[in-house]
Amino acid sequence: MRPVYLVSGGVSKFAKARPDVTFQPMVKEAYDYALKDLGLEFRQAAELVDGTVASYFSDHFMRQLKAGSMVQDYLGLTPKPSKRIEAGGATGGVAFQSGWEAVASGRFDICVVYGWETMSRVNTWKGNEFIALASDVSFDYPVGGFYSGYYAMMVVRHMKEFGTSVEQMALVSVKNHNNAFHNPYAQKRMNIRIEDVRASEMVAWPLTMLDICVMSDGAAVTILASEEGLNKLEKATGRRPKPAKVTGVGGGIDAMRMADRPHGEVILLPHEKPEDYKGLKYPGVHSFRAGRMASKTAYQMAGITNPLEELDFIELHDAYTSSEIQTYEDMGLCRYGEGGKFVEAGKPFMPNLDYGYRFPEQGKIPVNPSGGLIACGHPVGATGLMQAVFALWQLQGSIGKHFGSNQLQVKNARRGAIHSHAGTGTYVVVSILEKGF
Amino acid sequence: MEEQEKKRVKLPETDEGTVLFNVPFPKDLKDLKGMAPIIIRQPYHIDYIHSYGQDSPFFAGLANGKLLGTRCGPCKHTYGTPRLHCMYCGNECDWIELPKEGAVHTFTICHYGSEEFLKETPFVLILVEWPGVDTLFLSRLVGVDSLQPSLDWVGMKVRAQFKRLSKFKPTDVYFVPA
Repeated sequence: MRPVYLVSGGVSKFAKARPDVTFQPMVKEAYDYALKDLGLEFRQAAELVDGTVASYFSDHFMRQLKAGSMVQDYLGLTPKPSKRIEAGGATGGVAFQSGWEAVASGRFDICVVYGWETMSRVNTWKGNEFIALASDVSFDYPVGGFYSGYYAMMVVRHMKEFGTSVEQMALVSVKNHNNAFHNPYAQKRMNIRIEDVRASEMVAWPLTMLDICVMSDGAAVTILASEEGLNKLEKATGRRPKPAKVTGVGGGIDAMRMADRPHGEVILLPHEKPEDYKGLKYPGVHSFRAGRMASKTAYQMAGITNPLEELDFIELHDAYTSSEIQTYEDMGLCRYGEGGKFVEAGKPFMPNLDYGYRFPEQGKIPVNPSGGLIACGHPVGATGLMQAVFALWQLQGSIGKHFGSNQLQVKNARRGAIHSHAGTGTYVVVSILEKGF
Repeated sequence: MEEQEKKRVKLPETDEGTVLFNVPFPKDLKDLKGMAPIIIRQPYHIDYIHSYGQDSPFFAGLANGKLLGTRCGPCKHTYGTPRLHCMYCGNECDWIELPKEGAVHTFTICHYGSEEFLKETPFVLILVEWPGVDTLFLSRLVGVDSLQPSLDWVGMKVRAQFKRLSKFKPTDVYFVPA
């Protein structure tokens, strides 16, 4: 394996609906941005790029098969090789790692990973039906297939087991919406309070509309390169890219049917001890074993032994406020069961923003400084790549340039993690990015 | 927030579209780039010939008032939702009848749902647990007040009931408070 760098990225503004374009020009918006930021011309890119990964989740949403090839030709990248990745909600994160593999293996020196989803082509409840098809169609879907319902059941168990409260969950929504207020790419930019979250419509008890991410149309693009790739780009553009180095990749899978999950022992991270979890049945439906596995393997590769102390920020898959809390625990930012207290203490908030609450430990490790899925939106195939782009900009210190304001810039960010999650915690990947210049 | 609340007051949207035979067209082709997108309706309907395959005995059981799980002979792992092969040792499992009475492991009340189930809202989803059974079973709970949910429902004893006219779906069984 050889070192892999994330050199540039772009994101289309996520929106409820983009009827003005089909998916190809939407991806091109993100691609053109990534090229421009690198100083590369469209024709130069067509010359230099060795191959691509196409990242999109659902064939149902567009009723268009082989859509990846249609994007490839729109970006002028035919006849270069390409493959499509589908991994449910984690599609973007897995596609990113697939691009990493292509470069790390020596196959490609420069690899473009492009992702998108157009979810507006069906109504919201039909869209929920399509998404629920990512549950067992013999045993789960026909009972009332609805992902918000599945996540609600998981957090009810978390509440019962650990005492997690709806107000703690609402704080995640407060944090992510208020962060997104400063992110021009986000779909929902609002200053809200705990009461607003609880007063919004109930979707699946105890989750309300503001506890849940929304469907979106959007695209994101990342460009990955080897050392040789960096040299080629420098030669073509006359300037050295300011990349992030991908220092860790990890992944994990759990049983598709959450009913099948074991009630056994916790997979420990280096800073944890077996006695931390005496009597806890794991993962059950309260925790994500795949998320723990993904974190553990990514940390191992990056040499991280205590993530809370060794990461400067995290962009994680907050499809639900509840799953952000559960993910703090999977990622080892706190012990299992302490996720609610973790957010209540203010640790995952930005240190510099005023959220209208006083927190004893505000800004220990900013989580979803961008606003996450809850506020940015979740155009599935683009989401994990959006996280990579925002992480790159954090590590470059270029948030001010790209967002038009420095409010969300994590000071002196040197190492961050991105986390992409599918199903009921069925498929999770974590990648570690470090300042690479 | 205020703006959000305001948006909620509106006529319901439907997506059946309308019949349209022509649209305005500019004299100068340069004006086409300012044109609003044309959005049409594309219906799509599929009937799948879905086979339950090795899981078929479970659905035959429901039609006959029996809730079936599976148990691995060698490692004794017992599945509340059947799997023909054991996840831990790979051996073929045997069919067993599960107790009619179990307990709520966790639950939710769906006030919204996928399009197919919208008309059934609010409905209660539960995962059922049984002592000595290693995995859970997803089902519906009826006979509780869906407007008064409480964490105390976790642990509630529930009893399986079966539809008399089987649809050969997992909803042929549902649970009521025991």
